[in-house]
Amino acid sequence: MPAGAPPETVALTVRDRAMLAGDHGAATAVAMRILVTMAGVYGAERLLDIEGAHIDGCLYHGDSGVDFAELLVAGGARVCVPTTLNVGGLDLLHPDEFAGTAERRAKALRLMECYDEMGCRTIWTCAPYQTTPRPAFGQQVAWAESNAIVFANSVLGARTHRYGDFIDICAALTGRAPAVGLHLEENRRGQIVFDLRSLPRALRSAAWLLPAIGYLVGERCGNRVPVLLGLEEADEDGLKALGAAAASSGAVALFHAVGITPEAPTLDAALGGREAEEWIEITVDDLHAGLCSLSTVPAAAASSPGVGGDLAIDVVALGSPHFSPREFAELLPLVERHPPSAGVEFVVCTNRLSLDFLEREGALERLRAFGVRVVVDTCVVVAPILRTPAGGVLMTNSGKFAHYAPGNVGFDVVFGSLAECVRSAQAGRLWRDPELWP
Amino acid sequence: MSGVELEGRVLVAGTGAGRVLRLEEPLSFWGGVDPVTGTIIDRRHPRCAESVAGRVLVMPYGRGSSSSSSVLLEGVRLGTAPAAVVLRELDGILALGAAVARELYERSPPVILLDAEDWEAPPEGAEASVDVSGRLRIAG
Repeated sequence: MPAGAPPETVALTVRDRAMLAGDHGAATAVAMRILVTMAGVYGAERLLDIEGAHIDGCLYHGDSGVDFAELLVAGGARVCVPTTLNVGGLDLLHPDEFAGTAERRAKALRLMECYDEMGCRTIWTCAPYQTTPRPAFGQQVAWAESNAIVFANSVLGARTHRYGDFIDICAALTGRAPAVGLHLEENRRGQIVFDLRSLPRALRSAAWLLPAIGYLVGERCGNRVPVLLGLEEADEDGLKALGAAAASSGAVALFHAVGITPEAPTLDAALGGREAEEWIEITVDDLHAGLCSLSTVPAAAASSPGVGGDLAIDVVALGSPHFSPREFAELLPLVERHPPSAGVEFVVCTNRLSLDFLEREGALERLRAFGVRVVVDTCVVVAPILRTPAGGVLMTNSGKFAHYAPGNVGFDVVFGSLAECVRSAQAGRLWRDPELWP
Repeated sequence: MSGVELEGRVLVAGTGAGRVLRLEEPLSFWGGVDPVTGTIIDRRHPRCAESVAGRVLVMPYGRGSSSSSSVLLEGVRLGTAPAAVVLRELDGILALGAAVARELYERSPPVILLDAEDWEAPPEGAEASVDVSGRLRIAG
């Protein structure tokens, strides 16, 4: 079937047309045809230049993903902007961590090799913003992976639409993207305000609660741009956790936190000088509800301080998005004081930069001695890594793990603070910190 | 000759024909459709256990993750994709899966957009076809 003429509504440059005609190689022509089709779908009037890309398509979902990558490789594909890779289907440094079939492993590996052959940087992480030179404020990029998208837009002030499998590499091969959505200034203003100011100050600055706040925001804001008002100081790991949770429960690709994120020095700036379309006050009850929706265990165990006791914990999984050196620095003394029990599988997903940090500090050996598995390049909810059979209870401090673990790997989930995760792993049973609520 | 003809907006051009499967609720292909069989596996979806394979799939829009593109593409590879997709609201994710399928396997279901009133017209089970210019024909 012919690909058809480009939609007349999309204005193409001479160079775009040359790429479409195959002057830049067969793979670039494929990529440009797909981009132009999608520009027509989105109603874009033109394409714009991008200066970087982050690719999610290197994660194995099925043979067609490999077929697509092989088609591009065979067509001479080379990325033309700095391009990084998201997690793949296996840990290349520790291939024995893979618990799937040999066939699936071979295909996951081949897919990763294809993207390497296209000239992408093999950083294999869902937190590229913590490992490489980062996009600058205002820079146009094409990023895939929902948590990376929301971080790039919100915390860095870079500009990307929500990209996913296939179109991400098309942008990287052409250096072009449809001029739509969050690439454009007028679509970046906040629309719905989440007002946290009536919460006790201790809760507004509690890093462990940020995923619950993000999850609430994602559930309630639909496809509008949310503004958080009254959030106390949050560091980058906290904003990463909040954004990842919001992008799991909802379609959030950009949030503004007044006084914290770069496009929101004031509420008025965050709203682009207009009125909020909706204003939602967040109460302590809402936070409890957010915690409950992050867990699939009964409500009492999900959110109550000091409750838990008899709930057995089988797995503790951390690192979605990938654990940073700073998060490891927080984890290490906790694990040394409260080593996990032998009956609990304790896994932390991270990237090679953090792994280097751990090795330099001598911390990797210490963590391993306590039975903590450190997995790189991949993630336990997208690849068969866990050794514990499905059906048990997985505890995490990650909103994203909490959202995806039940469906993807078949565990019940309980959400808690980092300390609660570590102490529960030690006890083999849910441990709740009574100090967390003021 | 009886029947109805409706003009849709082409998102991804192609031709396809089959019986109408009408979903009033949106469906995420990722986690919602088994690409091996084409069966709807989302247990919260009212039409769970029915198959999208070879059907003219009429649904308001897709829901959920960008990985739905991959599931539609995998369905095209395995021959379990819908014959055509007829949407009421713009959905880039399924269109992307179809656009990639066209490049990769030289076939894909057409994806078209109808206005809200026309979208109500195709009845469940009717024989229908979509042509390359985005026209939906429903047998009378």
